[in-house]
Order: sequence, then C-alpha cells, then structure tokens
Amino acid sequence: MARPKRTRTRKSYRAAFIGTAVLVLGAAVLLALSALEDTVVFFYSPTDVAEKGVPTGEYARIGGLVVDGSVAKDGAVTIFSVTDTQNSIQVAYGGILPDLFREGQGIVAEGEFEPTGRFAASRVLAKHDENYMPPEVADALKASGQWKEATE
Amino acid sequence: MIPEIGHFALVLALAVAAVQTGLGLYGPALGDARLMAMTSRAASLQVILLSVSFAALTYAFVVSDFSVINVYENSHSAKPMLYKITGVWGNHEGTMLLWILILAIFGASVAGFGTNLPDSLKARVLGVQGLIGAVFTLFVVLASNPFIRLSPTPINGTDLNPLLQDPGLAFHPPFLYGGYVGLSVAFSFAAAALIEGRVDAAWARWVRPWALAAWASLTVGIALGSWWAYYELGWGGYWFWDPVENASLMPWLAATALLHSAIVVERRGALKSWTVLLAILAFSLSLLGTFLVRSGVLTSVHAFAVDPERGLFILGILIFFIGGALALYAWRAPTLKLGGLFAPVSRESALVVNNLLLTASTAAVLIGTLYPLVLEGVTGENISVGPPFFNSTFVPIILPLLLLVPFGPMLAWKRADALATAQRLYAAAIAALVVGLIALFVIEGSPILAAAGLAIATWLVAGAFVEIAERVKLWRGPFAQSMNRLKGLPRSAWGTAIAHAGVGVLVFGVVGVTAGAQERVVLMQAGERIEIGPYELTFEGVSLASGPNYEADRGSFTVRRGGETVGMLTPEKRFYPVARMPTTEAAIRTTILDDVYVVLGDPQPGASAGQTQWIVRAYHNPLQPLVWVGCIVMVLGSIISLSDRRLRVGAPARKKPANSTPIVDGASA
Repeated sequence: MARPKRTRTRKSYRAAFIGTAVLVLGAAVLLALSALEDTVVFFYSPTDVAEKGVPTGEYARIGGLVVDGSVAKDGAVTIFSVTDTQNSIQVAYGGILPDLFREGQGIVAEGEFEPTGRFAASRVLAKHDENYMPPEVADALKASGQWKEATE
Repeated sequence: MIPEIGHFALVLALAVAAVQTGLGLYGPALGDARLMAMTSRAASLQVILLSVSFAALTYAFVVSDFSVINVYENSHSAKPMLYKITGVWGNHEGTMLLWILILAIFGASVAGFGTNLPDSLKARVLGVQGLIGAVFTLFVVLASNPFIRLSPTPINGTDLNPLLQDPGLAFHPPFLYGGYVGLSVAFSFAAAALIEGRVDAAWARWVRPWALAAWASLTVGIALGSWWAYYELGWGGYWFWDPVENASLMPWLAATALLHSAIVVERRGALKSWTVLLAILAFSLSLLGTFLVRSGVLTSVHAFAVDPERGLFILGILIFFIGGALALYAWRAPTLKLGGLFAPVSRESALVVNNLLLTASTAAVLIGTLYPLVLEGVTGENISVGPPFFNSTFVPIILPLLLLVPFGPMLAWKRADALATAQRLYAAAIAALVVGLIALFVIEGSPILAAAGLAIATWLVAGAFVEIAERVKLWRGPFAQSMNRLKGLPRSAWGTAIAHAGVGVLVFGVVGVTAGAQERVVLMQAGERIEIGPYELTFEGVSLASGPNYEADRGSFTVRRGGETVGMLTPEKRFYPVARMPTTEAAIRTTILDDVYVVLGDPQPGASAGQTQWIVRAYHNPLQPLVWVGCIVMVLGSIISLSDRRLRVGAPARKKPANSTPIVDGASA
C-alpha cells in the first residue's frame, strides 16, 4: 500500500506548488494593477487640451511638433510651443534639451500644467533617430488630419 | 558581386535551415540514424553560409559600397573603420542578420559540443533550432533584406546615427543577442524534451550550461546598454524603466529563474515541467523583446524609426513559436514523471521561492510594459507607465528575494533546519546591521530606506563570504585543513558565491545612486564655480575641437575636492555634419565610490555684451561605479560556474536512473 500513498503525496505536493505559484503570481498581478491606477501617466494632444480643458495638478505627457520660431530662452529655461497643427501648447523646460530637439521635430514632454495653461516640463523626450516620430504624436497628427506618410 | 554572394548564401542558409528542421523532427520519428546525423552537418553548414553572408555585408560596409541601400543609409566614407564595421549591426537589417548568425552559431555549438547527447534528443533539439532559424531567415530575406541594391549608386552615404558611433553601443547588440538567442537553445531543449516525453537530471545538466552562457551574455549586453545610456545620453541615469529596457530585463529575469530551477531538476529530479515551462517562457520573452524593440509599438526613449510591416511579421513569428510551444507543453507536460519530494524548508523550496519571486517580478514588468498597448487598443487612450509604477511593484517583489539569497545555498537538500541555517549566517547579519547603523548616522537625507538598502547589500556580500567559509569549515578545524578544502571546492560553488556577491555589489550601487544622487542645472560663465556633492567645479571656458567626422564645443572644468585639484572634466557638444545631428558627450570622473558627471548644454548671451553663458548640468552619483562592477562580478561568477568540471565533462551516461546522479561534494551550481 506504500506506493499509492506516495503518489498521492506527490500529487498533493504538486497541487501545493501550483497553489503557491498561483497565489504569488496573483498577488503580483494585483499589486501591479493597483499600482497602475496611481502611476499611469496620460497623454494629451494639444487638441485634447483645447477641447477638454487643462488637466492641472496631474503628472501628464503631451506631445506634438515643435512650432517653428517658437523656441525662446529665459535664463536656463527654454520656452517653446508644440502643435498638432490645430492647436498648440506652450511648454517651459528648465533642463538641457535632448540633442535631437529642434523646430519642426516631434517631441514628447512630461510634466504638469500650470494654472495658466503653460506646461511645465520636467522631462523632454526626443528620439535617438531623426526619422522617428513618437506614436502618440503621429496619432495626434492623424487625428487632426495633418498626418503625411513618412517619406521612407 | 560580393553582396550578391552574401544574398545567395543567405537564401541557401534558409534552405539548409528548412532541411535541418525536417531532418531533425522526422529523423527521430523514423528512427533513422543517418538522417539524424545529418542535422549536425546541416547546423554547421548553416553557420558557414550565414558567416559568408555576414562577411559579405561587412565587406560592403568596409569598402563603403553605397550601391547597397543598407550601406548608403547607415554608413559614410569618412566614418572611422571601427564604426564602419559595427555599423553592420547598427541598423535594422544588419542587426537581424547578426541575430540569425548568432542563432546558427548556437545551433552548431550544440551539434559540436553535444557529442554525448542521445542521437534522437540531439536531432530534435537541432530540428527545433533549425525551425527558429528558418523562420527568422525567411523574415530577413523577405522583410529586412540587407543586400538590396540601389541604382544609381550615390556618391556618399547618409552616415550611421552618431549616437551609435560609440564603443559601448557597438558591442551592446552582439552580447544582447547572444543572450536572447542563447535562450533559444534552452527553448529547443525544452521542446525536444516534450516531444521525447522525458526530462531527467541529464537533460537539466545539458541545458544548464547553455542557459548560463546565455544569461552571462545577456547580463553583459544589458550592462553595456545601460552604461551607454548613462554616459552617452547625458541624462545622468542608467535605467529609465523604458519599454526597450524592460524588453531585455524580462528575459533576464526569466533566465535567472531558469538557471536556478534547472539546478533542482539536475540534483533532485523535481520541478521538471516547471523548468521546461520556464525555458519556453524565457525564449518567448526574448522574442517579445525583439518584437517590442523592432516594431516600435511602444513609445520608447530608445526608439528608432521602424517599419510597421516588419512588426507584424515578427508578431506572427512570436505567436507561432509561443503558441506552438505552449500547445506542445499543454499536450505533453502531463506525461512527465513527477520528481522527488522535499520539505517546506529545504534547498528545493528556497529555489522554488526564488523562482516564484522572479516570475512574479517578470509579470509585474510585463504588465507595466504592455498595459499602455492594451489600454490603447481597448479604449484608445494614450498613457505611459513610468518609474513610479516599477518602484512600487518590482521593488517590493524583489526585496524579499534579496533577503533570502544567502539562505539558499546554505540550506540542505530535501530537508533543512531553518534555525541552524540562520545561526550560521549570524556573521553576515551582524555585518549588515553594522553597515545599516553606520549609514543611518552618517548619511543625511532619507536615511532609513538608504540604510536598509545598504544593509541588504552588505547582507548579500557577507552572505556569500559566509557560504564559502562554511563550505571549508573555517575556524572549526585547523586553518590549513580549511585552506585545503578551499582548493578542492568545486568551481560551481565559487560561481554561486561570486555571482551572489555580485548581486550585493549591484545593490550597493543601485541604493547609492537612488538615495544619494544630486543634480544641478545652472547657467555658467567662464570662471564661475558650482558645488556638487563633495566636489567643486570651476568652469574654465569652451574651446573648439574636431574629431574624424564631427566638430565639437569642448567645455573645461577643473574638479576640486576639499580645495585640492583632482582632475579636469571636458564635456563636449558634438555636431556630425553628415548626419546633421548633434550629440552630447558627458564627461565623467569616476572613483570606485562615486561619479561626478558634467554635461554641457546650449550657449546663450551673457549678462554683459560679448559674454557667453552655457547651461551646465552636473551630477554627483555616489556608488554608481558599483552598478557596473556588480554586473561584472555576476558575469565572472557565471563564467567560473560554467568552467566547472561537471558541466565541461558533461552528463553521465544516460542509463543511470535520474535520481542516482552522483552528488559532487554537496555542491550546488
């Protein structure tokens, strides 16, 4: 009778293993999903902001093309506008701009809206590659009907 | 002519891979030894053909043959030779060619080193390996062919992205792919074992060196990429929880879990089907990583221009392999025999906990990485998930794991005494406590978390020393006897201890930077000073400098510490005329305990006429160098473990029953 008993222990051991695994993974997934609620950063195109108002007091991402001739310096702070060709947002950024930041380039900025509607960026992302267009910016341009297929 | 030879060799390699697949999967079913033996030859032939192909592309880059579109788009005659060569894989098409070349090299190595593998298992492994090769070679031929010509031939090329003209990034892809693709071997072994319906200690012993080699390569690849981001992007950070970074971290976590669970299969015959599943998942995550990076579906700071058609193709490959392997697993895994039993407190259980926590952390990273994609697909909302998410999920999952690391190798197999093990670790615990308390009273700012972090790091490093000391029974007998034991210690034991100590060193670095990094952005004029950390930087001015294919503004900073001049820092703003692209070259002064890091920004008119002010960003990153040192130490540990006699000599003859595998000196790997 020793043998069937042994099989049962093995099975119960396997069940315990699977049970623990499901428990731990489930806890991790729950932890992740609850963390998502608090930490997700929403993206707003200039048109979103123009239509729905300024989402103040929230860490957000915005993006668009840097408006030609809009880049100005105020001490260490750079002020520029991004546009999806319909609307635009003014951005102030106090750091060193990425190498590929230039007028006409698609960029994404992270930060918060000031009550005045200006966006105080804490990070500006341009890409490592000048042909690259951030997907959000491409979508925003498509939404405003200004998207042209890349020349490639 | 040469590119055509390369193109032709590529197509031939596709055919050979297809044949290898057929032979490898049908040969064993027919029981035909000659068909099975041919898979090895096919694997060697594939390497030769792809080497020819890769050499042809390299030649085109070296001689700057701009009639090849790929060379035209990614090279320039004025580029330094090193970057002409590394430019071969500095672009999508070339990088995929390198990917399949490394895949073929791994396949041929299995054929070459696996002389003691049973014929049918070896043929099946090579068959699956051939299938992966065939599918990816097809992808290269159809959707990213590097040999396509351009007519008329342009006079010069458009240059490689200057950010990639850097030694750190030049060698990042080969190592990263060595890891990604190396995991394909574990995957092939898993699939072959499922087809055979047998997983035993010998199987685990064959898989482990491949998984270990892939893991080491992946670690080097990730570390090089992170190092590059640190000094080249000029953001002062080394890890941004960016989707492209996560794409490489996920297979790394899964591979780490696989390394550990394979030990249990090898030594105790338990966790078989779990290990097989992990091998499948690790390579699946590598494929997912390739897809995320190559398709550009996620917004990444490291993203490059991409072509959606290729993304779809890779997605198809991804679904084919992951779906196929999981279906095979669901069908065949229940036939695997259940393994040995073990008590809740035992080495096996410790490794199970290791696996669960690593898998859970992988799941957290996966959710954070893919959630934006899912949400966009479902609701159309554009979101991003940044560092706060990963800090609040990954960190709490990985912390208990770090606490448990020193216990693992000290626990006995099958059944262990928790209290006795804890007592043996008292020295490490005291060391951790002392370091934690010192940190608490010395460091200003957010001391409690930093002190706890430093204590954990000490716990890991000291734990590794205690493990070695326990193995040689230090202080419990004559010293000479312990020294003798030290000489006789298997390399796998050294490997474990060193790799675990490396984790500790890495934790030191991460905690130091996270808790103590300082950043200052200021407008400076020549002659002005700023203080950052314990350093004082004096801005001496900016001069013009020129390199082989760029021109630069070079700033000079005198670095003083405690009033004494300790060095100069010369950050640059370079401009590459051919690519019409500027880059920032940070200047970093490294001691083993900290980095002082300076970036030169844009000039602007100064307070009075004729003066120029520059934006300067300075960082002080305490313990930053230990991040890289920790990675190097971990890799060192894995290399030492890899050189262990047990793995070199290979597994014992197959006839022995799995559970009677001789246990060498109670060592783990």
